[in-house]
Amino acid sequence: MVGLNHFLVLSAILFSLGVYVVVSRRNAVAILMGVELILNSASINFVAFSHYTTSSMGGQMFAIFVIVLAAAESVVALAIVLSIYQQFRTIDADEASTLRE
Amino acid sequence: MQSFNIVVYVFAAIIVASAALVAFSRNLVYSAFALLFTFFGVAGIYVMLSADFLAAVQLLIYVGGILVLIIFAVMLTHRISDVEISNQSLRPAQGALILIGIMAVLLGVIFKTQWSLEGQLEYQATTALIGDLLLKKYLLPFEIVSVLLLAALMGAAVIVRKEVRGEQSGGKS
Repeated sequence: MVGLNHFLVLSAILFSLGVYVVVSRRNAVAILMGVELILNSASINFVAFSHYTTSSMGGQMFAIFVIVLAAAESVVALAIVLSIYQQFRTIDADEASTLRE
Repeated sequence: MQSFNIVVYVFAAIIVASAALVAFSRNLVYSAFALLFTFFGVAGIYVMLSADFLAAVQLLIYVGGILVLIIFAVMLTHRISDVEISNQSLRPAQGALILIGIMAVLLGVIFKTQWSLEGQLEYQATTALIGDLLLKKYLLPFEIVSVLLLAALMGAAVIVRKEVRGEQSGGKS
């Protein structure tokens, strides 16, 4: 019988893979993919708790706001990545180490 | 109930396998397309958790919006010739250590805690309920998020536009 724990374990795996991507990748776009994995795992947690431990829709509302924030975050982050690429000709997060032009 | 379990396990397997491909693939383009399957799997999990509207939103915004943006960014900033170099992992040993540590802590918390399994949401159409809540209980967050989206839109446009202008003046001088 699939219960709450199964979904929590799934989201724990997804979260730690996302943290691994953020920690180990050098490419800024790849780091952004890791952040998306982390946000997805948090949303799964919200929805799973909303389904199994309450009878309210609060968790699903939180997940909707998480999705909206993820969209805003990825738009701004990709704009920054593109402008870093125009400036440095690379999107390696280690190479782009100055704020000035 | 048996088929429910099987479907959940299939979606979970899709999510874990494609997320692992995102994490460990050497090729950034493969990572981007594996992310597509992760998002599809998460949408399936939402359906199994009685969140049908959320699954549709996940498909529309993540797959239709964010993933397309990410793939655009990969194609625009990425020299395909040095795929291997530009997506190499930095410090994979330390990263694996962090991965195992975080997973151990999370799994310990999950299995030690006695979750209070009170009510269960029944499977129903949630769209009308969510619309109702958005305009009543969650009206203020809804308005704040709409202002935030506008700010993000303008911010992204300003960031990209300034750089183009700077490059043009740099080219002239």
